[in-house]
Amino acid sequence: MSIDWYLAVSAIVFSLGALGVMTRRNPLVVLLCLELMLNGGNLALIAFSRMWGNGDGQILAIVVMTVAACEVCIGLGMIVAIYRRHLPIDVDELRELQG
Amino acid sequence: MSAVLFFLAAIGVITGAVGVVVLRNPFYSVLALVTHLVSLAVLFLLLRAEFVAAVQVVVYAGAVMVLYVFVVAYVGGEGDTIGERLRSNGLAGPGSVGSGLRVGGAIAAGALLVELLIALLGTGLEATSGYGAPYVSGPRTYGTPAYIGQLLLTRFLLAFELASFLLLIAAVGGVVLARRRGGIGEADEHEAFTPLQLLRPSGTGTTAEGVGAATGSRFTS
Repeated sequence: MSIDWYLAVSAIVFSLGALGVMTRRNPLVVLLCLELMLNGGNLALIAFSRMWGNGDGQILAIVVMTVAACEVCIGLGMIVAIYRRHLPIDVDELRELQG
Repeated sequence: MSAVLFFLAAIGVITGAVGVVVLRNPFYSVLALVTHLVSLAVLFLLLRAEFVAAVQVVVYAGAVMVLYVFVVAYVGGEGDTIGERLRSNGLAGPGSVGSGLRVGGAIAAGALLVELLIALLGTGLEATSGYGAPYVSGPRTYGTPAYIGQLLLTRFLLAFELASFLLLIAAVGGVVLARRRGGIGEADEHEAFTPLQLLRPSGTGTTAEGVGAATGSRFTS
C-alpha cells in the first residue's frame, strides 16, 4: 500500500483520540484517548520514516513511546491519589486545584 | 497480500480506537486499546519497522496496559457511575454536563479530521503516494534492531539519555503521587533516615547510643 493510506489511518486515529479527550469524563478513559492520539502521531512518524528510507522517524517514535509511558505513570498515580482522597473520578467535578 | 493485511490491520486499528472512545466501561476500553495496539504493530511491520513493532507489542500492549488494568481494577470498573454514587451521597457538587459540549467536541474532532486529511493527503507531494524508499532485506538494514540500536547510541545518544532520565523522573513522581497517605511534606518523622545513621551505623558505640540504649528508645530500632 502507498504511504497515503497509512497517513489517512493515522489522521483518523488522531481525530478519534481527540474526540475521546473532548467528550469522555472518566480520567482513565481520557488517558486512554491520549494514548490514541500519540499512536496516531507514531503511525505518521513511521510512515514518513518509511517514505524517506531513514531511521530518524523510528527513533522519534520510540521517544514518543517513552513519553507516553511517563504520562501513563504520572496520570495513573494521580488517579490513584484522587481515588484515595475519595474525590469523584470525573473530570467535570474535579474543578478545584486546592490541596 | 500486503494490501489484504493492511486493510485487516487498519480495520482493527480503527475499530479499536472507536471502541476506546465509545465503550462505557473503562475495562472494555482498555481491552479495545490492546486490540488497537496489536493491529497498529501489524501496520508498523508492514512499514518495515520491525523493532518498533516489537517494542509496541512488548512495552505498550504488555506492560503499560497491565498497569491500566491494575488501576481500573483498583479504582473500579464503572467509573462513570462512581461520580453519580458520590453525588447521591452528597460528597460531590452537582454535575453540569451539557450535551451541547459533547456535540461541540464531536464537531471539533470532525473539523480536526478534515484539516488533517487536507494537510496530509492534499499536499500534492508525490512522495506520499509512492511506496517509500527502496528496501533491500539484510541483517543490518533499515528497521532492524541493529540499525535502531546503532542510531540510538550514536546520532541520537542525547535523546536516548534524556528519555531515560525522563523515565526515571516519572517513576519517582509516580511513586510519590501514589503513596499511601498525605502529601510530599508529610514524611514520617521516626522513619526518616538521617545522615548520622549512614556515617555511624548502629552498634558503633557512641555516647548518644549508650544513653539511648539505657533509656531504650532511639537507636535500637
